[in-house]
Order: sequence, then C-alpha cells, then structure tokens
Amino acid sequence: MFLINCPHCGERDQSEFNCGGEAHIVRPKNPLNLTDDQWADYLFMRKNIKGIQFERWNHSNGCRRWFNVVRNTATDEILKIYNIGEKAPQIEGNNPKTPSGEPIIGSGNYSTSFEKKQ
Amino acid sequence: MNKKPKKYSVFSLIKNAFSYHENWQPAWDSPEPKKEYEAIIIGGGGHGLTTAYYLAKNHNIKNIAVIEKGWIGGGNTGRNTTIIRSNYLWDQSAALYEHALKLWEGMSQELNYNVMFSQRGVMNVAHTLHDVRELKRRWHANRLNDIDCEWLNTQQVKKFCPVINTSQNIRYPVLGATLQRRAGTARHDAVAWGYARGANAMGVDIIQNCEVTNINIKEGNVTGIETTKGLIKSKKIGVVAAGHSSVIANMVGIRLPLESRPLQALVSEPVKPIIDTVVMSNTIHAYVSQSDKGELVIGAGTDGYTSYTQRGGFNIVEDTITAVVELFPLFSRMKMLRHWGGIVDICPDASPIVSKTHINGLYFNCGWGTGGFKATPGSGWVFAHTIANDEPHALNAPFNINRFSSGELVDEHGAAAVAH
Ligand SMILES: Cc1cc2nc3c(=O)[nH]c(=O)nc-3n(C[C@H](O)[C@H](O)[C@H](O)COP(=O)(O)OP(=O)(O)OC[C@H]3O[C@@H](n4cnc5c(N)ncnc54)[C@H](O)[C@@H]3O)c2cc1C
Ligand SMILES: [Zn+2]
Repeated sequence: MFLINCPHCGERDQSEFNCGGEAHIVRPKNPLNLTDDQWADYLFMRKNIKGIQFERWNHSNGCRRWFNVVRNTATDEILKIYNIGEKAPQIEGNNPKTPSGEPIIGSGNYSTSFEKKQ
Repeated sequence: MNKKPKKYSVFSLIKNAFSYHENWQPAWDSPEPKKEYEAIIIGGGGHGLTTAYYLAKNHNIKNIAVIEKGWIGGGNTGRNTTIIRSNYLWDQSAALYEHALKLWEGMSQELNYNVMFSQRGVMNVAHTLHDVRELKRRWHANRLNDIDCEWLNTQQVKKFCPVINTSQNIRYPVLGATLQRRAGTARHDAVAWGYARGANAMGVDIIQNCEVTNINIKEGNVTGIETTKGLIKSKKIGVVAAGHSSVIANMVGIRLPLESRPLQALVSEPVKPIIDTVVMSNTIHAYVSQSDKGELVIGAGTDGYTSYTQRGGFNIVEDTITAVVELFPLFSRMKMLRHWGGIVDICPDASPIVSKTHINGLYFNCGWGTGGFKATPGSGWVFAHTIANDEPHALNAPFNINRFSSGELVDEHGAAAVAH
C-alpha cells in the first residue's frame, strides 16, 4: 500500500505494478557445471530482508517497463529508483534498530517510526 | 519454580465469582531468563509453544525457554482466520495435517483449556470446469488417504449452506464443492494460551518482550543466543519465527527459500447466526466463516511483494469483498469492524520446512505461509521430536530443507485449494 514513482510515467499506485523479487541475482554463467545445491540457491533461496532491500518492479498496468527499487521492507518507504543494469547504489536508510524490531508508532508508518539518520 | 496450575472447572468458576474474578491464578509465570537452558525455542506463536509443550511432555526435556519478542500469540497465531482442515492433495501433506487434526480433536480436554474447536465443516467451492476436476481429484486423493471428504453438487451445496448464491447467471457460478465435515475453526488466542499454560506447568519458561538479536555458533555448533535481555546459553535452538524466519537465518548465513508478505483478514459487525460452516473459494479468492460472537471472519489474499509492515493494500481487501458479495449478496450492506495483517513466510512449493540445518543444534520450523494454524499441534509434535532426537519424525522428513536441492518438492500450490 504505497506509491511508486515510475521513471517513465511518474507516481502511481502500487497496484499498477508487479514486484519481480530480489534484484541483482545473476544467472549462472556455467549452468552445466552447477551442483544441485548451487541450482537450489539460484532458483529458490532469497535474502528476504527486513530493512533495506533491492528489488525489481514492473509497471505491468502502465508502460510495462522494468526498473530497480530500493525499499525499506520494515516501513515500505521507497528510498531510490534506478535502471535495470545499473549497479546497486550504496544506501543506508533507516534500518530497524534491532533485526526483528517493529516501528514505535504503528507498523508501516515510516514518517514517525524510525529515528531519521542525521 | 512454577506453581502447579489449578484445574479449571465449573466449581473454580463459581468460587472465583465470589471474589469478582479478581483472584484467578495467572495462567503462566513471567520469569527472567536463566543463564542456560537445555533447549531454547525462538518465537512464542502457536508452533513455538506446542514445540516446547511436546518437548516437555513427549521427550522429558523440561528445562526450556520460549523467547518471544512481543507477546505470545501476537504474530500470525493471533491474526489468522483459524480454518482447520486436513484435505490436502499429496500424501506427505495429508499425513502431516491429518495428524494435527487428530490432535485438535482432543486438545481442549488435554489442556483443560477450551480452545473452542468447532468441527463445522469446510466447503471448497468450484466455479469452473477446471475447479471441478481439481477438487474431484483431491476428493479421491483424500479418500485414498483415509481422510473424510465428500463431493456436493450445486443443489447439495445450497442445502448445506443456504445463504450461498447458487444462481448460474453470475460470473463464477457454484458448480459444486468438496466438504470435509471434520474440519472447522478454533479460537486462536486460546490455543496459544492453553499451550503456554500447559508448558509452563511442566517447567517451561515463557519469556515475552525479549527479542533474539543474534545466534552464537562455535565450531559448527550453536552455543546460545543474544537477546534484548542478555545472553542465554543452550546447545539446542529451535527457530519458529514465521514471517521473521529469514531475519534469523540471515544472522547465521543460512539461506532459506522464503518471502515474507502481508496477509490480511477482516471481521464484520456481529450479527445473528447466519452461516454455520466455512466456505472457501480458490478461484475468486473468498473465504468466510462466522465467529461465536457473530462476526463474519473474512480472509483476503497476500500482497505481491515482500514486506514486514503487518498491513496490506486496500486493493487486496477490495478484491476479496467483491468476491464475497457475489457469493453472498445478502452480506453486501454489512459493515466491517476491524481489519489487520500478518506477515506470512511463503515457501515456493507452499509447504513448510521443518528441518535440521548444517549447524549442529540449530533447527528451523517455518514456511507455513498462509496456512499453518491448522498444523499448530502437529507442527510442535514433529518439531519437538526433531529437536530431541536430532532426527526428523517420519511425518516431517519430507519437509526437509534439502528438498530444494533434490527437487522433491511437495507442491501444494494449486492443490491445497485456497492456501489456508
Ligand atoms: C490473515 C491471516 C489469515 C490466516 N488464515 C489461516 C487459516 O485460516 N488457517 C490456517 O491454517 N492458517 C492461517 N494463517 C497462517 C497461520 O496464521 C500461520 O501459519 C501460523 O499461525 C504460524 O504460527 P507460528 O507460531 O509459526 O507463527 P507466529 O504466530 O507468527 O509466531 C512467531 C513468533 O515469533 C516471534 N519472533 C519473530 N522474530 C523474533 C525474534 N527475533 N525474537 C523473538 N521472537 C521473535 C514473533 O513475534 C511471533 O510471535 C493465516 C495467517 C494470516 C496472517
Ligand atoms: Zn511506467
């Protein structure tokens, strides 16, 4: 439940978009040499981070183009949007104070929940 | 040490009425954590509490702590729509969920705590020819596994649940349904509280408001946990943290195939009894039952992205309500009272992971996603076995983490109907 600023169309409701999951997962260069464990890791295993996460989104009910998003999954705050193919930017953002910590006032309320970094 | 809990009965109710119900003994103690335990369970949801309970009861390991970052049952256990059934497609799942259903049938008696388990039946409705084929396939699979299941045609559906709209002129008409009569609902809080009381009576420490912030490992063995209440040592640690499983796995570099997403539910204003069963529809994604207080309990779908915010999108609620109103036009003017979300840990094959890990003494029980409440007692039973013996129970052996490498997935995605 948030807005996404599509680099091509501007700010639209999240329901117009599809999330493509974790970004920067590289397809194995030598698929024939992969062990079963390596395949499992590539296909199934995910970081599933609470805090700053890098992910791919598609404006599926709009321009249908893909782009990358840096989002705080503890608050749904979007910190940066950048192009497919670009390197992941260095972003600290407001991670939860403890790994499983919840915001102080309500959940998903990023404007009031975490202390802003100076 | 823990005081033995006094048995609840009609006499204790009368006795306590004389003191205006102000002198009830607390159902469990709230001690400070000890320095060391024989086993630690991370996560005080239903699955964590049943794990501790069965470790103490079946395996005689009593020096246990359940560590909960908030309050017990405050995670998905206290947020779910409480549908309990065992009519899964594949043999492995059918065995696991049926074992749990049998435990539900004796739970209130065993715990001396009324969990209000009500076997009012669960109906899975078919709206397309494909649905009919899938559900009939599952019905036959259930029969082969000795799990009660029936097929109802449209007229029989109408007879069993008169408020449902069986007009054939709607977008998704009712073409039939499967019915599991032994399925039903229960009171979620009572399940957490009943098992907490039972575990505490056997010596288990229940520690709330204590977040696990790290897991300590030495030479491939767990040695303890760091928490917001300090260091606690143990050589056996079971992680049962639902939506937060990946957060804990990431602390020790274990890779899990999970995505945590918001899943929402809502309840209406209370009305007189109108629907005495549980109706679920996979195709239009609606499911509804009525609580003993009279509220309609409605479950929505998951959001399409990972999030830990415990609230989902309104568009998801809107989709669900649209479907519910088509199936039950008479609900259209009811007001919704409350609405919330939980964070569910979704696994690629929609089956749980109840498994050892490559770290000695560290065990994970997760991936129950949108449908683990029904498994609460069975999950704890098999996980306790896994922790006590350092070997899986026959029922959870197929739910090993290694299945993602071997390819032996237990794909319950489409098969389990709506995944609750
Ligand atoms: C809206 C909704 C509807 C659902 N409907 C159904 C249904 O109808 N039928 C069904 O069978 N299932 C349903 N489910 C799924 C079901 O609720 C879950 O699968 C089940 O309750 C999981 O139980 P649990 O004990 O594993 O998790 P939880 O009850 O979530 O317990 C995990 C606990 O771990 C704690 N924790 C997390 N991190 C830490 C940490 N670092 N330190 C200490 N503690 C920590 C959390 O605070 C939490 O209390 C539904 C879920 C939702 C959200
Ligand atoms: Zn666009």
